[in-house]
Amino acid sequence: MKKMSIRKAYGQALADYGAENPDVAVVVADVSSSVQTGFFAEKFPERFFNVGITEQAMVDVAAGLALGGMIPFANTFAVLFLRAAEQIRTCVAYANTNVKLVGSYSGLSNFKDGPTHHVECDIAVMRSMPNMTVVEVADAVEARKMVPAVAEHEGPVYLRVSRTEVPVLFDEGYEVKIGKAAVLRDGSDVALIASGVMVSRCLEAAEKLAKEGIDAYVVDMSTIKPLDAELVWKLAAETGALVTAEDHSIIGGLGGAVAEALGAKCPAVLERIGVRDTFTETSLNYEELLDHYGMSIKDIVEAAQRAVKRKDQ
Amino acid sequence: MTYHPERLVRELDEIAQELRLDALGMIYRRKAGHPGGSLSASEIITALIFHQLRIDPKRPDWEERDRFILSKGHACSLLYAALARRGFFPREELQTWGHIGGRLQGHPDRLKTPGVDMTTGMEGHGIAVGAGLCLAARIKNLSYDVYVLVGDGECQCGVLWEGAMIASKYRLSELTVIVDHNHVQLDGPVHEILPLDSLVDKWKAFNFATIEIDGNNMREVLDALDMAKEIRNKPTAIIAHTTKGRGVSFMENKAAWHGRPPNDEEFAQAVSELRRRFPKQ
Repeated sequence: MKKMSIRKAYGQALADYGAENPDVAVVVADVSSSVQTGFFAEKFPERFFNVGITEQAMVDVAAGLALGGMIPFANTFAVLFLRAAEQIRTCVAYANTNVKLVGSYSGLSNFKDGPTHHVECDIAVMRSMPNMTVVEVADAVEARKMVPAVAEHEGPVYLRVSRTEVPVLFDEGYEVKIGKAAVLRDGSDVALIASGVMVSRCLEAAEKLAKEGIDAYVVDMSTIKPLDAELVWKLAAETGALVTAEDHSIIGGLGGAVAEALGAKCPAVLERIGVRDTFTETSLNYEELLDHYGMSIKDIVEAAQRAVKRKDQ
Repeated sequence: MTYHPERLVRELDEIAQELRLDALGMIYRRKAGHPGGSLSASEIITALIFHQLRIDPKRPDWEERDRFILSKGHACSLLYAALARRGFFPREELQTWGHIGGRLQGHPDRLKTPGVDMTTGMEGHGIAVGAGLCLAARIKNLSYDVYVLVGDGECQCGVLWEGAMIASKYRLSELTVIVDHNHVQLDGPVHEILPLDSLVDKWKAFNFATIEIDGNNMREVLDALDMAKEIRNKPTAIIAHTTKGRGVSFMENKAAWHGRPPNDEEFAQAVSELRRRFPKQ
């Protein structure tokens, strides 16, 4: 399958959407070439602000731009938004300013720079803030289509973008809707619910499971908050066995959100794939790093098998 | 620079003293609030709300209004009193400060209180938010000015200086920062907790135009605001030396009065002092 860069697709989409919507502004904290905001900067220098390594002030500047009627996209590495957590809580979430925070280099995707640059807790932090919508994209097409959706969604949004290239999963006909998950594969025995780069891994896991007679749903839960709980409940009722998969801690992210939804209404067996409450290590390769920390295709397959077995117990 | 007639200065001075009484009454009734830093900022807030800002109480969301960010949000009792007196909401509503379901939060909330341009209360944000507002005005071709009132303790926040660097990078002459330099913070004198000296040099080093004044002198405040408006190509910082707890003898320069309400006796004495000392000079 053809692989395409998620971050580059995001950057190009931002520039394209900037042409359509004159209210879009971009702020970035000295990582423009990394997070691919250069396309926008080239086309719209008067709406582009590189504020240097000032993540806290960058968030505040974005809040000010929003107060002035703009739709600011504030960009940095996902881990660096943690530095601005209070700014995000006060000036974006609580003040309910129309700011879009784009956390690039998410999860372990900045494998080579090591654990200082990895992030396993950003979704957990963002998701627990009132007013905040949390979105993660699974491929280049979804990244491209998510930019207008995020811009036109009124209120604070945290958009999680991976540094990596992944197989293209969606065709051009795909319609992104915030709050609505996409079912990529129908099943009956177990449901694999994933976000970001783990969606394509789950699709591969589902193929392997099929060979063993386990029929798995695969869901791209691109909106982690508000979670598409209706779909989670439907899949829980239908299959009784769920597996979540994310490049994030199993605490507080997609797995946490699904567990909360299940607990609230429709208990079912749940296995969570993700970083298991540990700091990670530097690697020469992203795929190997995911594998090493329990997020391999094999891990997903085994989690699905366990889930199926547990529901029969 | 316009000459401010004595009558205007006196009129504003009277309002500033009335606002002190309002704010202290609010803190007394609620048994919570921040008297010291509210009393120190009265001339500055009065000059802005009743004279300098192009605002319209009938249209609190008017796109072209000047913006005021009370970055030292703990002085909100005085801001609320000023906004009520200026007509943004009824003065009786001041009685509901801090009540569940009310529009006046413990610190300013832009979504709840008419006339509050930005939610504040966590120190350090105002300058960067103000910079964002100025940048938006440039893109949208609007001509409003942005005023940000910060505390001196607040000048210990890193994010404040990040905001200052951004404001000077983009030469935001529409931005005026006023430092309520009352020399006392929650835990004690600023020079003991974390010295800022020289504060004026710091702002100069961040490429701000600087004006140093007595921030409890109404004429000096008015003149400084006028001067700031004339400065081109860079933002301005007005370093306004003030007295924490200004106007109430036992509160003046005392860190203990940063965030505690007066009891019955203290309140009675404070009111009588504020009334007695009015008008000043």
